[in-house]
Amino acid sequence: MKNLKSTLAAGLCLCASVFSASALAQETIRIAFIEGLSGPFANIGEIGLRHYQLAAETVNARGGVLGGRKIEIVPFDTKTSPQEALLVLKQAIDQGIRYIAQGNGSSVALALSDAVAKHNDRNPAESVIYLNYAAVDPQLTNDKCNYWHFRFDADADMKMAALTDYMAQQKGIRKVYLINQDYSFGQAVAKSARSMLAAKRADVEIVGDDLHPLGKVKDFAPYVAKIKSSGADSVITGNWGNDLALLVKAGKEAGLKVDYYTYYTGAGGVVTALGEAGVGHVKQVTTWHSNIGGKGAGEHTLAYRTRFPEVKDDLYYSSIRNSVETLARAIEQAKSADTQKVVLAMETVKYDDDSGSIEVRADNHQVIQPLFISTLVKANGKDVKYDVEKTGFGFRTDARIEGKSTVLPTTCRFQKP
Amino acid sequence: MEFFLVTLLNSLSYGLLLFMLSSGLTLIFSMMGVLNFAHASFYMLGAYFAYQVGLHTGFWPALFLAPVIVGALGAATERFGLRTVHKFGHVAELLFTFGLAYVIEEVVHLIWGRAPVDYRIPAELDFTLFTLFTTQYPAYRGFMMLVSVAMLLGLYLLLTRTRIGLVIQASLSHPEMVESLGHNVPRVFMLVFAGGAALAGLAGVIGGNAFITEPGMAVAVGSIVFVVVVFGGMGSLAGAFIASLIIGAIQTFSVALDYSMLDLLAKIGISISRESAWHGLFSITVSQTAPVLPYMLMVLMLIVRPRGLMGTRET
Repeated sequence: MKNLKSTLAAGLCLCASVFSASALAQETIRIAFIEGLSGPFANIGEIGLRHYQLAAETVNARGGVLGGRKIEIVPFDTKTSPQEALLVLKQAIDQGIRYIAQGNGSSVALALSDAVAKHNDRNPAESVIYLNYAAVDPQLTNDKCNYWHFRFDADADMKMAALTDYMAQQKGIRKVYLINQDYSFGQAVAKSARSMLAAKRADVEIVGDDLHPLGKVKDFAPYVAKIKSSGADSVITGNWGNDLALLVKAGKEAGLKVDYYTYYTGAGGVVTALGEAGVGHVKQVTTWHSNIGGKGAGEHTLAYRTRFPEVKDDLYYSSIRNSVETLARAIEQAKSADTQKVVLAMETVKYDDDSGSIEVRADNHQVIQPLFISTLVKANGKDVKYDVEKTGFGFRTDARIEGKSTVLPTTCRFQKP
Repeated sequence: MEFFLVTLLNSLSYGLLLFMLSSGLTLIFSMMGVLNFAHASFYMLGAYFAYQVGLHTGFWPALFLAPVIVGALGAATERFGLRTVHKFGHVAELLFTFGLAYVIEEVVHLIWGRAPVDYRIPAELDFTLFTLFTTQYPAYRGFMMLVSVAMLLGLYLLLTRTRIGLVIQASLSHPEMVESLGHNVPRVFMLVFAGGAALAGLAGVIGGNAFITEPGMAVAVGSIVFVVVVFGGMGSLAGAFIASLIIGAIQTFSVALDYSMLDLLAKIGISISRESAWHGLFSITVSQTAPVLPYMLMVLMLIVRPRGLMGTRET
């Protein structure tokens, strides 16, 4: 009798939990965070995940969307491999998730974007919206654009245009060395650096152009020896994660004296690896950094530190906050979480973030926002108030490029569904 | 000249590290006939243990403690794992070590997480040893070479000058005879396995902070260590030494070679237009193929001389 009772009770509990789970699923809006959470770039993936959690919690804290529905982030591990990402995408769709977010690795992004487009063609009722927060291969918003893909970071060409505009004014630059990861993004960086430098500073010589395997090089000393013997005074690199941290570490050990023009110095232990040696010599082009001085930038920085006191890294991606914010606003405008209605509303969202105006470009779904070029310097409590990774070094803005000046022509031709 | 000398030094330090890793593997193979797939996992464990122990004791005690712990783990692996599996033959042993590598990787994930840990070069060794022309040479690289060379000497003396070394050498070729002389051959096997694991652990201790300590580090070096052992000749220490230096040099120097097939063809007067389908393939430079070169070398060696550089067996 006792057994029967407990069985009944267990059955009831099970029913209740199944019921509440389905009720919850109707209520919460889930975003699948599809990212390399193991492997060589696991640390960068984890930083992205924390950003998404914070962004979702921020929206939830003000009451969620559509009168109380919460946003939930569901992480999936891709090991930064396109093949794994496609399997994981299928898994997420099977679980009823209709929003995905990814950023690390344009090779992964190209595969995902293609898969999402095909899936949406075949299953229009279950369409998926793809929020890309960091994959910046220009193809994604040009030849290989997809109506369901939205990019919240500036693409590699937009950033290179800003960087080379800045470099054109630095009269001291004579010899430039390009070192990049050997995949779609790294190749895109090398190509646009070549063509844009040739157009803006014909007198600058490109003394080296290296592509190294993605995430495989553990010792950059041979590359540093090569940079050194080329006589370069500046290095342009799109490297990210450990590929950048290990490169600057090897450069520091060998006493390489160059200025680095980078995309991703602000995250993943790069500043920690550089320390004092990087001060004044490392520049980055980003959509945001904690010392841009805009309204709320400091609050955003502190919110991340308060939420994740146990980690050393700092707020880095504004693109993640803006992807969740844009999505939340689009859902409100569409008055529905149905992806087919939301995707139309996404194009019309426009608002001000701490850096300035954020809006989605309708013809290729690239988000237009200000860009910043900044230099690593000692934090001084005034214009460089916040440091990075508790190192005492932070970024100071050298140049601010308004959103409208970053717009480049696109070859994208997609049709509204 | 500066570039050549610096790259030579870099290739030496990398080659010596490879030797530390492969010496244990080749010893275990020659003695027990076991191709230990988990060998690189002991390298990874060495780095993680040094990091963990170092948090409490600092680097120097960790330098000795971590290899000892890894060695003890190696001994336990042999005593309670391999020895039991041994009677089912080589395939079972191979599968055992293969599985073990995965188990160790997952355990590392569980304990230390998937992201790299902050295992650093000790402050005492974080300075410039000397300046070659204009390039600084970090002291830690010199230290790595010193440890490797000391280990090489120690190993040589142990194997040729001590009783236990003679017993090990004898067990290599005539295990039955050694056993009938009253030596405990299984115990010798256990010691060799433990010693090999400890050497890999030591390599991990000094390699983990020079490069990076992350769960993928075992996989990253695992395959290259096999190349060294196959190239040098299975079971030959001298072969492993030469192969390590050669492969270290190939990987380091090939980075500098920006020549492609296109340049070669241009030399003999053939040019391929940019539109041609072959242009992409032929324009790949040597430096881009650097990661593949050791494997190509291994394949070539297996075709031309299956027993490797200094190997004595055909198998």
